[in-house]
Amino acid sequence: MTDALPKWADILLIPLINLILALVVSGLVVALIGKDPFEALSILVTGAVGSAYGWGYTLFYATNFIFTGLGVAVAFHARLFNIGGEGQAALGGLGCALVLLYLPLPHWSLAIIAASLGAALFGAAWAAIPAYLQAKRGSHIVITTIMFNFIASALMVYLLSRVLIVPGAGGSPETARFVESVHLPNAYDVLPWMGFSRSTPLNVSFLLAIAACVFVWVLIWRTRLGYEIRAFGQSEPAALYGGISSVRIIMIAMLISGALIGLMAINSVMGEAERLVIDPVQGAGFVGIAVALMGRSHPVGVFLAALLFGALYQGGGELTFEMNGMTREIILVIQALVILFTGALDNMVRAPVERAFLSARKRPRAPLPTNPVEPGGHSDEKKVEP
Amino acid sequence: MDYAGLIQILDSALRLSTPLLFACLAGLFSERAGVFDIGLEGKILASAFLSAAMAAYTGNVWLGMFAGILASLMLATIHGMASITFRGNQLISGVAINFLASGLTVVIGEAWFGLGGRTPQLEGAARFGELTLPFADAIRGIPFIGPIYADLLSGHSILVYVALLCVPLTWWILSRTRFGLRLRAVGENPAAVDTAGVSVVGLRFAAVMICGLLCGLAGAYLATALSAGFVKEMSAGRGFIALAALIFAKWRPWHALGATFLFGLLEALGNRFQSLELLGITIPTQFMQALPYILTVVILAGFVGRAIPPRAGGEPYVKER
Repeated sequence: MTDALPKWADILLIPLINLILALVVSGLVVALIGKDPFEALSILVTGAVGSAYGWGYTLFYATNFIFTGLGVAVAFHARLFNIGGEGQAALGGLGCALVLLYLPLPHWSLAIIAASLGAALFGAAWAAIPAYLQAKRGSHIVITTIMFNFIASALMVYLLSRVLIVPGAGGSPETARFVESVHLPNAYDVLPWMGFSRSTPLNVSFLLAIAACVFVWVLIWRTRLGYEIRAFGQSEPAALYGGISSVRIIMIAMLISGALIGLMAINSVMGEAERLVIDPVQGAGFVGIAVALMGRSHPVGVFLAALLFGALYQGGGELTFEMNGMTREIILVIQALVILFTGALDNMVRAPVERAFLSARKRPRAPLPTNPVEPGGHSDEKKVEP
Repeated sequence: MDYAGLIQILDSALRLSTPLLFACLAGLFSERAGVFDIGLEGKILASAFLSAAMAAYTGNVWLGMFAGILASLMLATIHGMASITFRGNQLISGVAINFLASGLTVVIGEAWFGLGGRTPQLEGAARFGELTLPFADAIRGIPFIGPIYADLLSGHSILVYVALLCVPLTWWILSRTRFGLRLRAVGENPAAVDTAGVSVVGLRFAAVMICGLLCGLAGAYLATALSAGFVKEMSAGRGFIALAALIFAKWRPWHALGATFLFGLLEALGNRFQSLELLGITIPTQFMQALPYILTVVILAGFVGRAIPPRAGGEPYVKER
């Protein structure tokens, strides 16, 4: 990392430029298919944050994305690319549903703890196999985690259509509804004066997501384990030389990553659907990649990026209703462009901005003594594990 | 299972392995030149969509195929820009391309056809027809050999034969031409190539573009020959399976043929035996469908021998460090 950029430019200005570029290109796509991009943007923004109804959904989606984004970010710190969020979150949903279906839990406060354990455990277990194969056999974790997404989806179809299906309930592949006592209070129950409707999906797991952000911050920057994870991510040979076991770090980082992603189920399965359906994830695992990249793998950045993507998802849903011939996959395009600009074409934006800052600077400032690890730690020299 | 049934399964395996073979050779060119490409999947999908859309619009499958190749080449250009010109992370670029393709195909498809992301059903000249090899009918009667020629080898679309021809062609280009030698060198030691006065950037771009061309053929085959039109997410992980096959094949063309045929065979078996009874236990359909993905993991786990990737793979080349 060069010192050409002040910190605020690195963590605010560059993501902002990347986001604007992504939005401009998506706007061009919208214009190309013969729609008005400005109208689309205004529908998107109004739909996302223009009403309590919109906010309820925006924050609900954001909760999902905080969990998946944090999970991807923790793996990023160890320079592991966990793209298996879809599968891990689906399995997290399974763990959460099994706990809630088969354990007699009297109150939601107990239930959320038990369900979190179940969800985290199952999510971590689904990440464990690719992690083990990467650590021990050097199998490319990107491909194995993607394969585990496909396998998870087949497993879920099997379980929900053959094993967990409720006999005589219309035959739709889903579990029974969880009992009323484990119903999580939603925003209407907690904040009745805010104008949320009774059926708003936003629920107390939003607070759990914020707690997860704090947990990740403490873990990565305030613990020995976090130091080891970052050291391993920055330079594997140096970490090995320092006595850090690569197998241990890969396993632990991926287990935490999978557990965080699995926790998403508390929001989507326990909080909203209140039963396990065939696809409880709805692409949130993939959004986590964009969120982590845009948030520079820092909990605060992940939180803000998750809010942004929550708004995009809710607004995108509205777009489908309001604009003829427009589908919500336009959000996928924006997401792809954000990943492209922040993750892969970063130097395209960074180099000119750095030049601008360098020429604007009147006198050379003394370089910072040691450059502490950037959140993300991926920004300068891009190295990939084979 | 009788002999005719076996021929039928091998026949279907050959069809199903063709897109994998194109994609695997595409990855081979790219990775031998030192550029990882997770984005094979996206390129296949984009090409499948545009080839089906163009074929539906013009009624000419060849125009469709060229449009598909064009779509794939455009995504390849993005990947080249990101990973060669701007020295970005090749994995992230590939992932972005996959999402871009799955988003754009549906958004544009819905805007053009309004069929929920599908293209209209292709028929007649808008699809690749089946080619009957010469003397197929005359030889069919010969026992044993006859069915192999007439039913297994004959009666595929032209792209199947193109894919098969691409295998020796790839081998020849990589190991018998100057371009191939340089391409392999740039994947092992780009600094040496640079010192010899050959452009690393140019070679890598050439490889990425060949990769785009072959992915385009894979997509066009998928949408206009294997099926009759584009369906949302129709590539179904084939790009990733091709990458696994590439590792299985240890980055060698002839082995790629065998590896992709294995995956094709597995898919054909999964289609043929929707539910299989084994030792009194019924194996569920979902397991049979997940089988190629499970095998991919098994192969990547290295239970089939160690594979050594090109040494400079995934690393952007920085001149004058």
